[in-house]
Amino acid sequence: MNGRILAALAGQPNCGKSTVFNMLTGARQHVANFPGVTVEKKSGLFKLGIRTCELVDLPGAYSVSSYSPEERVTRDFLLFDHPQVVVNVIDASNLRRHLCLTVELLELEVNVVVHCNMMDVAARRGQELDLDLLAHRLGVPVSKGVGRKGQGRDDLVAVMTAAMDRPPKDEPFRVDYGRLEPHIRAVEDVLAEGGELGAPRRWLAVRLLEGDEGARQFVAEVFFEPARLADVVAARQAAFREEAGETAAAFAALVRRRLARTLAQAVIVKVAGPERTRTDVIDDFVCHKFLGPLVLVGVLFVLYQVSIVWGYKLTNYTWPLLAWLKNFVAGFLPPAGMLEDPMLRSLGLWFMDSINALLNYIPIFFLLFFCVAFLEDSGYMPRMAFILDRLFRSYGLHGQSTLPMVLAGVYLGGCCVPGVMACKAIPDDKSRLATILIIPLMNCLAKVPLYVLLVGAFFPGHASTAMFFISTVTLFMALPIARLLSGTLLVGLDSAPFIMEMPPYHMPTLRNLLTRAVEKVALFIQKIVTVVAAVAVIVFVLLQFPGISREHMAAYEARLEAARQALDATVAGTRFQAVLAGEGLLQFLRYEEAYKTARSGVEDAETAKAVDSRFREENADCFALLKPRGDAAAKAALAGVRAFAQTRDAITLEMRKERLETSFLGILGRALEPVTQFAGFNWRVNAGLLSAFAAKESAVATLGAIYKLEAGSGDNTSLEASMRRGEADFTPLHALALMLFMALYPPCMATSMMIKVQTGQAKWMVLAILYPMLLGIVVASAVFTGGRLLGLDGETAMWGFYAIAVAATVVAGVVPHRDRGPLAVATEACPVGQNT
Amino acid sequence: MERETSRDTTHLGALIPGSRCIVSKVRCDGCLGQRLGDLGLVPGEEVTVVRNAPLRDPIEIKVSGFLVSLRRCEASLVEVEAQ
Repeated sequence: MNGRILAALAGQPNCGKSTVFNMLTGARQHVANFPGVTVEKKSGLFKLGIRTCELVDLPGAYSVSSYSPEERVTRDFLLFDHPQVVVNVIDASNLRRHLCLTVELLELEVNVVVHCNMMDVAARRGQELDLDLLAHRLGVPVSKGVGRKGQGRDDLVAVMTAAMDRPPKDEPFRVDYGRLEPHIRAVEDVLAEGGELGAPRRWLAVRLLEGDEGARQFVAEVFFEPARLADVVAARQAAFREEAGETAAAFAALVRRRLARTLAQAVIVKVAGPERTRTDVIDDFVCHKFLGPLVLVGVLFVLYQVSIVWGYKLTNYTWPLLAWLKNFVAGFLPPAGMLEDPMLRSLGLWFMDSINALLNYIPIFFLLFFCVAFLEDSGYMPRMAFILDRLFRSYGLHGQSTLPMVLAGVYLGGCCVPGVMACKAIPDDKSRLATILIIPLMNCLAKVPLYVLLVGAFFPGHASTAMFFISTVTLFMALPIARLLSGTLLVGLDSAPFIMEMPPYHMPTLRNLLTRAVEKVALFIQKIVTVVAAVAVIVFVLLQFPGISREHMAAYEARLEAARQALDATVAGTRFQAVLAGEGLLQFLRYEEAYKTARSGVEDAETAKAVDSRFREENADCFALLKPRGDAAAKAALAGVRAFAQTRDAITLEMRKERLETSFLGILGRALEPVTQFAGFNWRVNAGLLSAFAAKESAVATLGAIYKLEAGSGDNTSLEASMRRGEADFTPLHALALMLFMALYPPCMATSMMIKVQTGQAKWMVLAILYPMLLGIVVASAVFTGGRLLGLDGETAMWGFYAIAVAATVVAGVVPHRDRGPLAVATEACPVGQNT
Repeated sequence: MERETSRDTTHLGALIPGSRCIVSKVRCDGCLGQRLGDLGLVPGEEVTVVRNAPLRDPIEIKVSGFLVSLRRCEASLVEVEAQ
């Protein structure tokens, strides 16, 4: 023994397990995934007497069968990882249901201690419990507490310590299965021939008779004659069905549930009357026919307001920090050159820009995750699903799909990363995947700048209606697509029944909410930022190489040299000639840059003065040039420097354009022109769209870089105006096609990675990237080419498309599903006619 | 097909809010049967239909003091005796 003890925390959903976990382990937690599944594995360390205990928080599971990943994970952990003690957390106010799992855990013959949580709720409901009797009947120690208030920690730790030193019982807990007993014994006898199997023999026998797939696989591996065993089990199942008129599975489950009920009845010494609880009163409003949807809209509005709107404002305060970080890193990079930055510098800055673009979202994410944790912990989530399930089900989605879609930006502004993360709550594989796949079609914050640009440039008279169009049409595209996907590609996936507990409302604790928000932000940084950093380097290469040819470079340099000579002529004979000679000019330009950086954001005169005197001290000559005041010579010199700098900027911009045009990305953009011409995209737009894959904001930045040049440098017209000028033959119809393509744009890198993390399979990520691309080009081409053939203007085509999308949504909602989800599972089990 | 359907036996999906009933049989096993049982829909258990969702489906029921929501098609697999 190395002194480290392994303990597990098991319990049904909504038993308050995570509060007990936090109570025991405090902040020392580690989150990972169970091998092979996307079920989260949380573990933490704490002191148990003199020993250190590693506590693993198992996922909430109703039983230890193998129907859901949570159940399988729980069972496998208990069987194969051999925890020395298993804390079974139960909801004291709902013993009857929670004791079912307790019975199953005892059958597994693990070292169980029972912890009655939520004693306060039980007390409020007027229940009095005889926990000594419970301990006696179960044969295991029982402790009690209120996890949310941190009560009962000492009691639980004492019970766990005692359990650790307790010798194994010679008489394990036994459920009396009555009529099934002879069959159990028969199977046990066969199993006994296999010696020690690594799991309790009786438990295996019962589970095999129940037809549990996990148990069957288990014995297939450890038992020497699985075929004979299977025959015996099948014969016994048939025999039992013959004599009892029901399946062994249904019978055994019923026996265990009856036992749990009897136990609960015995333990509850004072039963409360059927009075209305707080939850009932709240539900009368929250789930009301008319009020319910209103409350829902209100909740979603507050969520949106707090996380997206406020979070966005918060980024105004955090952005300077990131800018500082970038400048800090830039300080270690080689200094800027006259025409071209050294490769290491431009790569470093590009890298920091890419990372910062993502880190900038952290305040939004934090608030978002905090709000989501509040909705989850308070118990509102299942109500949301309850209200909207009928609507979403028509499209192959789930009631729980609401939240991810809102987070991703169902109207305007959201982020797909938390959207995809929130899909985890959807209990049904098929609906979950359908939701994950349509999440990228929502209007995330990064799509908005392009919309704003295009609407401003091409729909100036109808900006608000055009904005309304693009913000709402996405939903009418996403819903029919979801329906289509669930009827085609996802048709083979498991669809879980919609049966959900509506837990009592709780006031979440601040600590839990903060912990959860921090955990999720950490997950984001860990999983996403590293990948995005790697991709940023690749995109950099695509944008920078093969680069400008040597002859062109020489021509640029000659132009720069001419400008330099003009400047030299201006300052000749003045005291600034020496200052600006040779490397001096570049030094001065850097000095000016540094001064600007130092002065940016400085508002009060005091600080400004301090900055000034610091720079004067550093280099008096440069400062005199920078702030000429009354000095005529300095003024003339400064004007000369400014003229030079302008020429230099123009050349740099031209070089940037040439580099982009000749870059791999530019080449790719041109290569795509034959396909994209039907959508009205030229190579510039293609290059902009391609660069958007790293992060969608880049689309506007790239287009900006291209059009700024064509509008003439040094010209301060808005990007809208320069885009209109740069694309003279661009019509509103072009803009419409481009907006629709952007709406259907493939998920960004961060979202793609999150899709892989959440689905556990790269193929879904690939699908999520490919289908929007294909769909986007088809829709954009149909709108552009179709619109042109019909002679429609942008406005008419817009509303025509809107009408088609709404019609498609209505049709998709009305067309009946081919497979009817859970009933397909049910029908194979029960040969009974279904009514729809 | 089930033959023993008598007059006061119906299924949970057909009840209106406010009705009380006793579960007599759950007509499915496998995953769905397991889930229904997990949430307390076991023969002999008393169930109250609390309300319909705003779009009439799913329904919310109360089993042994706790609220559960399920779709009407799943509820129709639970045979009950109305009280």
